Amino acid sequence: MAVLVIADHDGSAVRDTTNKTVTAALQLSSDVDVLVAGKGVDAAAASAAKIAGVKKVLTADSDALGQGLAEAYEALVVPLAAKYDAILIPSTSQGKNIAPRIAAKLDVAPISDIIEVVDANTFSRPIYAGNAIETVQSSDAKKVITVRPTVFKAAADGGSASIEKIDAGAGSAKSKFVSQEIVKLDRPDLGAAKIVVSGGRAMGSEDEFKAVIIPLADKLGAAVGASRAAVDAGYAPNDYQVGQTGKVVAPDLYVAIGISGAIQHLAGMKDSKVIVAINKDADAPIFQVADYGLVADYKTAVPELMEALSQAGK
Amino acid sequence: MKVLVPVKRVIDYNVKARVKADGSGVDLANVKMSMNPFCEIAVEEAVRLKEKGTATEVVIVSIGPAQAQETIRTALAMGGDRGLLIQSDTDLEPLAVAKLLAAVVKEESPNLVLMGKQAIDGDNNAVGQMLAALLDWPQATFASKVEVSASSAKVTREVDGGLQTIEVQLPAIVTADLRLNEPRYASLPNIMKAKKKDLAVKTAADYGVDTAPRLKVVKVAEPPKRAGGIKVESAADLVMKLKNEAGVL
Repeated sequence: MAVLVIADHDGSAVRDTTNKTVTAALQLSSDVDVLVAGKGVDAAAASAAKIAGVKKVLTADSDALGQGLAEAYEALVVPLAAKYDAILIPSTSQGKNIAPRIAAKLDVAPISDIIEVVDANTFSRPIYAGNAIETVQSSDAKKVITVRPTVFKAAADGGSASIEKIDAGAGSAKSKFVSQEIVKLDRPDLGAAKIVVSGGRAMGSEDEFKAVIIPLADKLGAAVGASRAAVDAGYAPNDYQVGQTGKVVAPDLYVAIGISGAIQHLAGMKDSKVIVAINKDADAPIFQVADYGLVADYKTAVPELMEALSQAGK
Repeated sequence: MKVLVPVKRVIDYNVKARVKADGSGVDLANVKMSMNPFCEIAVEEAVRLKEKGTATEVVIVSIGPAQAQETIRTALAMGGDRGLLIQSDTDLEPLAVAKLLAAVVKEESPNLVLMGKQAIDGDNNAVGQMLAALLDWPQATFASKVEVSASSAKVTREVDGGLQTIEVQLPAIVTADLRLNEPRYASLPNIMKAKKKDLAVKTAADYGVDTAPRLKVVKVAEPPKRAGGIKVESAADLVMKLKNEAGVL
């Protein structure tokens, strides 16, 4: 079977979400091509060609693709789909934007956010924000799948695939790009960070959130997260929210400060490799998922933690 | 301008979903059900468009069991004008839902479909994009700001790492993300008024749409449990363990 992976890239190289999706694709078949679409994609295509196991890299170049317009991706990918049995896309915001549109045009059921390839037709995916894992078997001849990157290992470099330029297809006149505001983060992005430090309602105010959580995150080189309760109370902006209705994260280390551990929060972070919880309530549900729990008031524990980290050379 | 808002009845977001012992699905018996939070945001946005005078009619549609009438009534109490339930006792897949909604759109001819980006049960995040494809309409997903004019909508979208603004010609599909607005609570007088609003009930068969499932659920399982952790005595102890035992520092 032939599989097409649609790459996630930043213009100069593919992101590691692409390598991880290639890993999922290689579990389906050894016949894997990668499509690198955008505006000015040569460098990204060259990096895709180096991924071990990739047979061929296709490139498509247009303004509308560079702007990520779903209609342009539909026009590019739907005709291409004739040659492939499965199309795999990293489950990023752009992947989620385009995959169902392509699937509907092909009259197939999209399979969202898979975490396991069971066999060529069978996949596991989290539902109810990860409170249940559903295994589904597809009866569609062609499959359109988004892949949750956090659970697959990144395919290593070592390949030398050929690169072929293809027609970018026509965009749609009905949709047009206006502007983009990509926040230049001085710390890692919440979705991709190796360490996340999150604060909860116990912070009590926006100033306190900034005074406690931000320095600790900076010390650890971590992304900043928040519980929905902290966001609802206005202590942190909404794009910090970790949980069922916010971002789902799975860093190597998740540090929860003053977070009680409501269901919707746990759903967003319980796949983290190591979870640390600091809370003064020994019965807080967060301790049930924490690998290391410290029952203490954050007001004393966080300064002590900062001090201990300094002594440990952080 | 007519706005169509599809809504879904799902397990309340504060309730923990429990897997049935036989692995056939999630147990929904005697569980509190509510309107999907993202659908609530879409309803709120549509009602605000009406209050601003941009929209003239807000039509609420739901596909689900008879009890989804309650969900529609909630949306009507928030300010929707009339409702339509396409009754289905089986949980339909996004493709089938999108096809039914496409049939409703052909009948109702709305200028704008505003809907949640994702239902918190199936977590597919698919129907809006699929509906846009089936209708050949432009899509603006994950909206955090929507400005509607007579012929187009300027939509700010939540994308990885920031925001993107696009302009789509109407008719179009817009899917709501969390930051779009804070949905109102319906007042008691409005809840009473909503009971008298028109709510039509149809079935999937009325639309002659193929709703056969494409996916077979092989099993539904609990996610792997985390092994129990330990309590540490101090911050210094914590740092030592993270460094030497867990190896994450």
